Amino acid sequence: MEPILQFFYNLVPGLADLPLWIAATIVGAIVVVAMFTYIALFALIGIWLERKISGHMQDRLGPMEVGGWHGWAQTIADTVKLLLKEDIVPDKADKPLFRFAPILVFAAALSAFAAIPWSRSFIPANLNVGLLYILSISSLVVIGILMGGWASNNKWSLYGGMRAVAQIVSYEIPVSLSLIVAVLIAGTLDMQQIVLNQSGSILSWNVFRFFPFPFIAFFIYFIASLAEVNRTPFDLPEAESELVAGFQTEYSGMRWSFFMLAEYADMFVVAAIATTVFLGGWQAPFEFLTFIPAAFWFLGKALLIVFVQMWLRWTLPRLRVDQLMYTAWKVLTPFSFALIVFVSLWKIL
Amino acid sequence: MKKDNLPAAQFEVEVPDTLKTEEMTLNMGPQHPSTHGVLRVVLKTDGEIIKSAEPVIGYLHRCFEKHAENVTWHQVIPFTDRLDYIASMNNNLGYVIGLERMMNLQVNERAEYLRVIVSELNRIASHLIALGTYGLDIGAFTPFLYVFRDRERILDLFEEICGARLLYNYIWVGGVAYDAPQGWRDKVLQFIDYFVPKIKEYNDILTYNKIFIDRTAKVGVIPADVAINYGLSGPSLRGSGVEFDLRKDDPYSIYDRFDFNVCTGKGQMGTVGDTWDRYWVRVAEMYESAKIVRQAAEQLPEGDAKETVPRNIKVPAGEYYMRTETPRGELGYYIISDGGKTPNRVKVRSPAYCNLSVLPAIAPGVMVADMVAIIGSLDIVLGEVDR
Repeated sequence: MEPILQFFYNLVPGLADLPLWIAATIVGAIVVVAMFTYIALFALIGIWLERKISGHMQDRLGPMEVGGWHGWAQTIADTVKLLLKEDIVPDKADKPLFRFAPILVFAAALSAFAAIPWSRSFIPANLNVGLLYILSISSLVVIGILMGGWASNNKWSLYGGMRAVAQIVSYEIPVSLSLIVAVLIAGTLDMQQIVLNQSGSILSWNVFRFFPFPFIAFFIYFIASLAEVNRTPFDLPEAESELVAGFQTEYSGMRWSFFMLAEYADMFVVAAIATTVFLGGWQAPFEFLTFIPAAFWFLGKALLIVFVQMWLRWTLPRLRVDQLMYTAWKVLTPFSFALIVFVSLWKIL
Repeated sequence: MKKDNLPAAQFEVEVPDTLKTEEMTLNMGPQHPSTHGVLRVVLKTDGEIIKSAEPVIGYLHRCFEKHAENVTWHQVIPFTDRLDYIASMNNNLGYVIGLERMMNLQVNERAEYLRVIVSELNRIASHLIALGTYGLDIGAFTPFLYVFRDRERILDLFEEICGARLLYNYIWVGGVAYDAPQGWRDKVLQFIDYFVPKIKEYNDILTYNKIFIDRTAKVGVIPADVAINYGLSGPSLRGSGVEFDLRKDDPYSIYDRFDFNVCTGKGQMGTVGDTWDRYWVRVAEMYESAKIVRQAAEQLPEGDAKETVPRNIKVPAGEYYMRTETPRGELGYYIISDGGKTPNRVKVRSPAYCNLSVLPAIAPGVMVADMVAIIGSLDIVLGEVDR
């Protein structure tokens, strides 16, 4: 986090006089708040966008009333409604677990933001094992979901929790394996190094290098990441037409909205990983476009992937549990293994 | 009913004796998004796999048959609307034709044509809902909105002809309630021109989607003999490959004048009688219904369409069983008259009720998600199951 510390030292010179641990804590707190705000804003805008996108895909307008212009304030109004709702904890629920589950899910989603490089200098925590950190911290989500599903004391929720565990644990394997393809090319797990490794024009991005292996890996990652974040066609844990709402069935008000927030944060995280690892991160596609700020490119690419996620959600039906497992273990995993072998051979030869 | 007639269970789990397992009883409904109303299914599950399913009905019971005994012959018609509220016109038709046959009544040509047009339009509307909600059951949201966009146009046509959008009370004894307004016929033809290409849109987004086929083909297979033994009818029976359509096999009204085909399941994507076949029969029937509507609208004669009998009719004593083909299958009215102003008894043979009865037979060995697909493919309407 040195570049950020340096940035804050320049901003507030007094900080530099404090001991490092105090300065780091203060800066850390500011960054966390900034990230939290970003997630909240992203969820607000993302949910509104999803409604508008789904609306236009379905030959309707989506929200049009609240706030005037194209219903821009709809999600804000919904958030206020959720905040004011009665906080219901079912009588027979395992109360501590029930209360803790949404926090854990959200915390896992938030922590993943720490190692995402937004630009050359802005990366909250520049770890040399950044990719590994993100993969492992986002696995915590599944524990939260299982917790919620179990603690609700509802059979549908239990099904949802069980499905989530089976699904996310299986899909972590193709996710990691397809990322290893890119790691092999870059030779590092450091997120910032992976981005810098792809500098140049659009052709030096990982997707287009060593063609077609990382290209396929990108698609494997994208498909598997959809399953990681429970989006259609892999939204089995919350399948509303089968399991009512899966692990979310008993949640309401703010607790439920934390699940929602975490879902949107996760959507962004997997899009950000895909951007960083395969699409050149914050780098501009062409040299002459570098005058546009890096964060713009990063956000633009990530939001494009988020848009595709939404697009798929409003197009595809849902898979069945056994088909989901089939896809993970018999299609995606062997293919990503093969890709690893091919890319390794290419590197060596 | 022999057990070995039934298809083999899709999934079987072998559990070692040393492992203690327990079946879970799960109430699917009456408040559940995919039971198409207030159906409750008591599931015994082993993990995700269903051991047995038992439908529990009666949550929407409104005493139709008892009501019918206490109102005049004509006043029963609005009650028939509320049986299968998605295809009210077809419900009106069966009851009214039954009465007309008991009374030996001739209906004006124009009224007959209007009846066929509205019934077939209503069949399209009903199948559209079946398609859309089936997509929802499988997890695809968008087709639902597509079909509602087009169903809306049918409802607009109905609103124009009878003022109502859901419960029409349009087909009356001896004719129809109102003649078609000026220009209505052209609007019907315009609608058909608009609608037929739209079916391709549903096929593109849903019918031939790989995931959709994976979810529906070879799932919930009902072999033809099982279907017949359980008294299935309509698309659910035809999906199993049995060519039986009352419009052809026991023609009523003027259906014998039109050229259309009976669509059956052929097992294109998997086995004959799977859920995809039942779904496909509905899609194919929309083409056929559109064909009938086009022919009827083009031939629609001038003349009087209003009913030819007074409002307070007396039906000669006797009994009659009138069966018609609704979007869900064979809707039978068993009408007993003692010659008075009110029916002595009206018993309804409800297609959705009979179709639902096959559920316990085909449920064992499928997954919870397949259960949703099977219920959706039977296309039940609880208003008709419970009456």
